[in-house]
Amino acid sequence: MESLSNKKKVLEQKPLSFMERMYLPAIAKGMGITISHLFKKEATIRYPEVEREFSTNFRGMHSLKRDENGKERCTACGLCALSCPAEAITMIAAERKPEEKDLYREEKYAATYEINMLRCIFCGLCEEACPKEAIYLDGPIVPADYLRKDFIYGKDKLVEAPLEMKK
Amino acid sequence: MVRGDTNQSETKNKRISLTMSEKVKVTIDGITVEVDNGTTILNAARQIGGDIVPPAMCYYSKLQGSGGKCRTCIVKVTKGSEKDPRPMPKLVASCRTTVMDGMEVLNITSPEVLEARAGVVEILLINHPLDCPVCDQAGECDLQNLGYEHGLQKTRYEFERRTFERIDIGDKIQLHMNRCILCYRCVFTADQITNKRVHGILNRGDHSEISTYIQQAVDNDFSGNVIDVCPVGALTDKTFRFKNRVWFTKPVDAHRDCDHEKCNGKVTLWYKGADVLRVTARKDQFGEVEEFICNTCRFDKKATADWVIEHPTHIDDTSVIASNHYETLKPLHVIQPNEALQAANEIELHKTVKY
Repeated sequence: MESLSNKKKVLEQKPLSFMERMYLPAIAKGMGITISHLFKKEATIRYPEVEREFSTNFRGMHSLKRDENGKERCTACGLCALSCPAEAITMIAAERKPEEKDLYREEKYAATYEINMLRCIFCGLCEEACPKEAIYLDGPIVPADYLRKDFIYGKDKLVEAPLEMKK
Repeated sequence: MVRGDTNQSETKNKRISLTMSEKVKVTIDGITVEVDNGTTILNAARQIGGDIVPPAMCYYSKLQGSGGKCRTCIVKVTKGSEKDPRPMPKLVASCRTTVMDGMEVLNITSPEVLEARAGVVEILLINHPLDCPVCDQAGECDLQNLGYEHGLQKTRYEFERRTFERIDIGDKIQLHMNRCILCYRCVFTADQITNKRVHGILNRGDHSEISTYIQQAVDNDFSGNVIDVCPVGALTDKTFRFKNRVWFTKPVDAHRDCDHEKCNGKVTLWYKGADVLRVTARKDQFGEVEEFICNTCRFDKKATADWVIEHPTHIDDTSVIASNHYETLKPLHVIQPNEALQAANEIELHKTVKY
C-alpha cells in the first residue's frame, strides 16, 4: 500500500563493505566520544557531601520557627493539620504554665507535634495555613532511612535551634 | 421554665393582643410569609429559612427578654404596614420589631443593611482579641462566622484592647472576659433556668463587664448551659480546654436516662477516636440549644458506656466541622482484650502497628 504522507523511507539492507567489516573506524569514533567526556565538566555531584543550590521556592523539610525572643511560635491551632491533604500532621496541645513564659509565645502550645514524612507530599499548604508564621518548609531534602517509624518527625527534629545555640 | 415553645415572647405578645390574633402577611426580601400577629421580623424570617435569616448574636429564642443588644440582626423596613405604608426611618433590630400586616422588609437584598451590618461586626470586634488559634470556640463561633461573612480583613482600631484576668467559675467553667461581646445570654440563662438570679452586668457602655465574684455566685445544676449559649469563646468548658480543635472531633447524638427531673439527657457527644472529649446540648439550625442539659450529663459522663448513641449529628456543609465528618453511623468495634492471646501473638501484632 502506498503511504499517505509519502514520507516513508525504503531501507535497503546491503551487505557491509570492507571498511565497515573491520569495525576499527567505528571503535575509534566511539572511543573518541568517550575520552572527550573525561575532559568535560562533570554532570553529577557527590550528593550527601556536596549539594546543589536549591531554587528559592524549594520546599524541603519542615521547621517550626521561634520568634525574636526565642519563644516557639506554634500555638497548636491545628490549621496545618486541617489543611494537610495527606493528613501527615498530628499534634497535642497543652496549656502553658507561668514558668514556661519564655518558651512559648501563646498560652497554648504544641506538647507534641509530629509530621509523617512518608505521608507528606511537600505541597506547602501547612505553611500557607499557619496564622502564626510558625511552620516553613525551608529545610533540606528529608534523608532516607530504613524503618517507617523513623520517618515520624517529632518536635526534637522540627523545632529550630534556640537562639543561643545559633550564635 | 424556658423549655418548650419556639418563642415565648411571641406567645406573650399574643396574649396581650387577643383581639388581633389573626395571621398577618409580611414580605422579607421578596418572599411573602403568613405569620401570627406579634411575631418578630427575625422569627418570621426564620420561618422562611435560608440565607435571608438575619444573623443574631444576642437574641436566643429559648431565653425570654434576650435580643436587642448586639444589632447584628438589623433590617430595613421599606413599607411599615398596609395601613401606614411609610418606610421606617432607620434600620431596625429585627429581633425586637414585630411584624405588621403588609410589612415589607429588606435584609440581604439591601446594600444599606449589609454595610451597616459590616459596621456592627467591626464594632463587636473592637475589643475582641484575635486569638482564634488559641480559642476553644473557634470552628463553632458565631462571631467568627459573622466576621468571616461580613467583616473586614483588618482592624482600624489603634488603641489598647481592654483585658481581664481569666476567672474560673467552679472547676468546670472558665470565663474569659476579653472575648465577651456583652450579649447577656448567660445572664438570662442563669436568671431563667436556675431558680434565682445569680449574676448580671456591671457598669455601662465600654466599661460593662460580667459581675464580679461570679466564681462564688454561679453554683447550680444547670450552670454549664452558659457555655452553650455563649456565642463567642468567653465561657468555655474547662474539661475540654485545649484538648482538641472542634473540627477534629466527631459529633454524635446520644441520650441517657438522667435522674435530674429537668434534664432529659439528650446531648451531642464529641468524639476523638474512642474518647468522648466533651458533651454539649444539641443545637438546632440557628445554633440554639434544643434542650438545656444538666451538669452531670455535661461534665461527669464522658464514657461511651454511659450513653445510648443514636446517629452522627448533622453538620452544615459550610461548617469547618463537616470536614471528614460522615453521617452514616459506623460504631467502633468492641473487642474484649485477651491478654494471654495478645502475649502469645506479640510479634505478629507488632507488625500491624501503624506509624
